[in-house]
Amino acid sequence: MTFILTAVLVLGVTGLVLGLVLYAVSRKFKVEEDPRVGQITELLPGANCGGCGFPGCAAFAAACVKADSMEGLKCSACKSEVMQQIAAITGHAVEVGVEKIAVVRCNGSCQNRPRPRTYDGAKSCAVAAMMNGGETGCFFGCLGCGDCVKACKFDAIHMDPETGLPVVDQDKCTACGACAKACPRNIIELRNKNKLDRRVYVSCVNQDKGPVAKKACDVACIGCGKCVKACPFEAITLENNLAYIDFEKCRLCRKCVDECPQHSIMAVNFPPKKVVEEQPQVQEPAQPQVQETESNENN
Amino acid sequence: MNTFKIGGVHPEPNKLTADKKIETLALPQQAVFPLSQHIGAPAVPCVQKGDTVRVGTRIAEPGGFMSASIHSSVSGKVAKIDTIVDASGLRKPAIFIDVEGDEWEPSIDRSEKLVLQCTKSREEIIECIKNAGIVGMGGACFPTHVKLCPPKECTIDTLIINAVECEPYLTADHRLMLEHPDEIIIGIKVILKVLGIDRAVIGVEANKPDAIELLKSKTSMVSGIEVMPLQMKYPQGGEKQLIEAVTGRQVPPPPALPANVGCVVQNVGTVFAIYEAVMKNKPLFERIVTVTGKSVKKPCNLKVRMGTPVSQLLEYAGGMPEDTGKLISGGPMMGRPLLDETAPVVKGTSGVLLIPEKDAARREERNCIRCAKCVQACPMGLEPYLLATASENSDWECAEENWIMSCIECGCCQSTCPSRRPLLDWVRLAKNRVGGIIRARNAKK
Repeated sequence: MTFILTAVLVLGVTGLVLGLVLYAVSRKFKVEEDPRVGQITELLPGANCGGCGFPGCAAFAAACVKADSMEGLKCSACKSEVMQQIAAITGHAVEVGVEKIAVVRCNGSCQNRPRPRTYDGAKSCAVAAMMNGGETGCFFGCLGCGDCVKACKFDAIHMDPETGLPVVDQDKCTACGACAKACPRNIIELRNKNKLDRRVYVSCVNQDKGPVAKKACDVACIGCGKCVKACPFEAITLENNLAYIDFEKCRLCRKCVDECPQHSIMAVNFPPKKVVEEQPQVQEPAQPQVQETESNENN
Repeated sequence: MNTFKIGGVHPEPNKLTADKKIETLALPQQAVFPLSQHIGAPAVPCVQKGDTVRVGTRIAEPGGFMSASIHSSVSGKVAKIDTIVDASGLRKPAIFIDVEGDEWEPSIDRSEKLVLQCTKSREEIIECIKNAGIVGMGGACFPTHVKLCPPKECTIDTLIINAVECEPYLTADHRLMLEHPDEIIIGIKVILKVLGIDRAVIGVEANKPDAIELLKSKTSMVSGIEVMPLQMKYPQGGEKQLIEAVTGRQVPPPPALPANVGCVVQNVGTVFAIYEAVMKNKPLFERIVTVTGKSVKKPCNLKVRMGTPVSQLLEYAGGMPEDTGKLISGGPMMGRPLLDETAPVVKGTSGVLLIPEKDAARREERNCIRCAKCVQACPMGLEPYLLATASENSDWECAEENWIMSCIECGCCQSTCPSRRPLLDWVRLAKNRVGGIIRARNAKK
């Protein structure tokens, strides 16, 4: 009996003494941390994606508290409401930026381009791009090994097994830009999200001359410049045999979509065009485009 | 017999063409000369569309100190300067020449006669080698004139001639030694004169007894040149491995060079090219290429003008079999797959290898089982599994700390891996990235 009592007493007293020491030490060496850092960190998504340019969410929170204004500080993964909440905590005003989304600018699916060779190296776009260009004959197009999928911290981009191309989940994408950075061919671009997620973009980055580009892929931009002429808002530029739609200037009129002979301009999330029966000649070229729009809506 | 100490593997030699005499391939209809056939800056074209060139006319000048000039291997008209997909799989600028006749530059000595005495001075020889556009013929294509001017603080005492040819299948160097031993020995003497030393060792693997015998009998009267048979082991032809095998010295990790341990290594093909350039005034526009593979009807060793499309070589060797899975430029260990057979033969094309489909496909990759076979096989004493994982995780710092820049990309790790992991692919990626980071860091300084 005495053994047990002694053991309990000795251990109890040791524990008490050590506890007191710990308490004293923790009081003595307490690090004063701004409570706001903790509050902001809690608001942030916690994915440490690095889209803001800081090593992680906590570092970003600390930077927010330290900074004199919110200029240049933006969590790319947060919605604007969250940014406003953060601004309320720090006491600075925040600019409401335009929401963006990652857009894959390649439509070189298995149906659209020949597969001239097989690639059996390491499953990585970076390796494929360095070695010999993977399975595509296009020197600019998607390599299909999914480096962007691996880079995404929000599970917002996936490979479509049918097309072999990455598809962005528009609800989950936070436009942190990790996928765009991971892509060795710079296919992925952050573009304005627009109303109802409607977007018009050239789904091709091939800078080859027309015939070469056409040989590599059925839906490659051949740099014919028809879209440039068709655009009433001067939003489209042609450089290095490649058309580019400036998303700041584009008003989503979709005139270029019908004009493109290669069907390389994509219009997503638009309702299907109404078929006008009186003008069969005009309607015919528009028809395949309408179908493409529909199929894109499903993506 | 000597060999290097760490690592190495023993792939099947498969030297199918060891007893096939060198044959000369007919001229192509159009020759293509990529502007970057060597390590360093690409060459700059010095001809224009429509210009007439002769065999041996310089068509591109060195684009910097670490670069080499390129000469036409055919006579005819420059058709265009455009891009072509070369052996690296990337599009590179190239000069296209339409062949008309076979008119050589008059300055080239085309006679078969051996020229024994070299009257040129050291500087003249180096200038001559530089003007001839000679690069290392073993495959790395390092400009030879740079290699022959080692840093002043290094004392060179040994010239090592790389006649190892440890890559399976390839026999271009072997045949060259058998058919042109005298030229090679004169070439060695020329290099010894340039380096100002009197000791050269020819390292030959023991699987070429005829070449060893022949060279031994030819060098018995020559003082200073020794023929050293070496134990068979891949990658003995690697510069650092060969130095260790021959002299027992170990080259420290980069940026140290072989010159730091007193050695200069030259490939036997390069030595032959040096002989031709210095004694015959013939620039580098021809080379021996082994066309081989188990499915090839008529494997052969061909003397080919640079710029000839690979398809023509294949045609000569009996056409491309239907079941071909891979077409490789170089040997099976270090060669690179060719994307299509229109790619031209360049200075570094030592062989063209066809692999049937059933042998070509890589098998499914499994998880690493930590057996450390790759560590055992690595001739540089690295840890390939670690480097590959670091690369997979984009951990370039870890890769650099673990000496990734020492990797010679010999492929021993990948060939021994029981889980068939693409170790070399990842290591190459990391090497590429870390190299870029180091260059950027040095540029900042």
